[in-house]
Amino acid sequence: MSTAGLRHEVRRGRKVAVVLALAVLVAGCAGLALGDFAVPPGQVIGAFRGHAEWKNQLFVLDIRLPRVLTGLLAGLAFGTAGAVFQSLMRNPLASPDVIGITSGASAAAASCLLLLGLSGLAVSAGALVGALVTAAVIYLVSWRGGVSGQRLVLVGIGAAALLSSVISYLLTRAKVNDAQQVLLWLTGSLNGRGWSHVTPLAWSLAVLLPLAFALERPLRMLALGDDAARGLGVRVEPCRLGLLATAVALAAIATAAAGPVAFVGLVAGPVGRRLVRGGGPALGASGLVGALVMLVSDAVAQHVFSPVELPVGVVTGVVGGPYLLVLLGVRARRG
Amino acid sequence: MASGPPPTGPSRGKRRLALGLVAILVVLAVLTVASVMLGARSLPARTVWDALFHFDPDNSRHLAVRSLRLPRTAVGLLAGAALGLAGVVMQGLTRNPLADPGLLGVNSGAALGVVLGINVFGVTALSGYVWFALAGAAVAAAVVYAVSSLGGAGVTPLKLALGGVALTAVLSSATNAVLLLDVGTFDQFRFWQVGSLAGRDEDVVAQAAPFVAVGALVALALARSLDALALGDDLATALGRRVGRVRLTGAVAVVLLCGAATAMAGPIGFVGLTVPHAVRLLTGPGHRWLLPYSMLAAPALLLLADIAGRLVIRPGELQVGIVTAAIGAPFFMALARRRRMGAL
Repeated sequence: MSTAGLRHEVRRGRKVAVVLALAVLVAGCAGLALGDFAVPPGQVIGAFRGHAEWKNQLFVLDIRLPRVLTGLLAGLAFGTAGAVFQSLMRNPLASPDVIGITSGASAAAASCLLLLGLSGLAVSAGALVGALVTAAVIYLVSWRGGVSGQRLVLVGIGAAALLSSVISYLLTRAKVNDAQQVLLWLTGSLNGRGWSHVTPLAWSLAVLLPLAFALERPLRMLALGDDAARGLGVRVEPCRLGLLATAVALAAIATAAAGPVAFVGLVAGPVGRRLVRGGGPALGASGLVGALVMLVSDAVAQHVFSPVELPVGVVTGVVGGPYLLVLLGVRARRG
Repeated sequence: MASGPPPTGPSRGKRRLALGLVAILVVLAVLTVASVMLGARSLPARTVWDALFHFDPDNSRHLAVRSLRLPRTAVGLLAGAALGLAGVVMQGLTRNPLADPGLLGVNSGAALGVVLGINVFGVTALSGYVWFALAGAAVAAAVVYAVSSLGGAGVTPLKLALGGVALTAVLSSATNAVLLLDVGTFDQFRFWQVGSLAGRDEDVVAQAAPFVAVGALVALALARSLDALALGDDLATALGRRVGRVRLTGAVAVVLLCGAATAMAGPIGFVGLTVPHAVRLLTGPGHRWLLPYSMLAAPALLLLADIAGRLVIRPGELQVGIVTAAIGAPFFMALARRRRMGAL
């Protein structure tokens, strides 16, 4: 790509990012205001500045803010991780869902819930360990004097199949009510998320996101193919390992916080790339799309079917799926 | 070999491939016999023979062969062959090694069909699930195909893949919503969803067999077209293939095959995704060998897994969906380490 083209893409990327960030902000504020106990918009802002009614203050800051932040940060992490995986593997179907990392987290969480009888943060910790161990095993099995994206994906598929069969086995052996609890976790939910979920998530992202953006340039080269990247002066193996580790950590920490929310990691990449229209990885836009999908989905899950409150993972597919379909159609008609 | 020139490269390769096909066929035959004989209560060959040709309706062992072991084995053979073929066709159509036969939305459509069958229509019998699964699969695939053909460029592999993933997400969301809200439906569904060959009677086989047969014929007839498609749409067109028509025919074959397999045995994704990859190591990318090899290798894997599942925790058993992944996945990961894997 020419320098002028790249500069144009960066400019467009920035514009898209600003618009998306505003949309995320609006969706977040809506998440703080809406609910059985509605808080007027003025009072939402007031709550942050410390002079709202105590009841509004309680609902906005103590009850809803942790949930909204968990959704926002997890969405950001899923979206960025998905975009990294897709560019790195050069495959739009590659996402943490497909290549085994979320299955690792899910199998670990199901074991924690059903075999060890754990709950709450302990399950999240178990899921995190499960995801990281799975990723390490996948990487080591794929290692053969270097790791090709293709091989990694295939090994990941094998691992995902193995782990899903473990989950299915656990589900058929458990009592039906326990099994349904597992299903709820596996769907991905933001119910009952508090500051104890937000704090570790926020710290991890503060480290991982800058790392991902720092590696966006080599990622752009790697997406052209290993040889081309080498020719452009990229140190292929260390860069790939760095990108993989960052993306895995992002996906793992987000899964631990919110459960393996379906589809966010998969849809954010293609949507982000099409908005930026450059052919680059578009990490920033993808991350923000992920956050937006999570926040909108959670609002829909909580309020549209009331009094039934659905978990967010039920809705992400319904919100993100048709959007991706429309985008595919529209782009094809234009191009 | 003493007379005449030694066979040249290609023809020797062909002979080797033909011998390999015969070898897989033999393995499959042995596994079929074993599948009828082995289980919680293993039966000697003599009893099986008598049950088939001198049937005595008062003999409980004869009944077990006729009403349990035979249908179960038939389901394994049919579903396995269907999944193997569907996997090859799907990967050829999308030119994507990650494409599994469920990618068109077939598995998720079938799952939603079954869930609605249980939840709305109160179906409880496995033979009742078949039509719901088939209908769900067909509708889902039709929607994916229609959406992918929107816009100027027609149905491209990328649009097909992403469209399938998107619709799968929508459908599984709906399925999960029903399951989370209704414990009773979930309790039935979780046993269907694992993937199992047990408890299927001859009705299930009879309902699904015609779909598999037609799908298999269509898939096998597509071999040359899929070879052309692998070269890219432009070259395939230049070679005189009508790309759009090939894709549509392939999609119909996948729906028939995968829909019928899912209706019989539940969603067993792993077989259709991985068997073509393993087979490709032997045959290379040409579909004329890849299709028949997969058609025989996939049911062999399925039967082997089913037999193993019956024997490991006797008198209980593990569902075939669990065992295929448990024995297939490590094998597949070992294969994936080899160099040429994944190239289509």
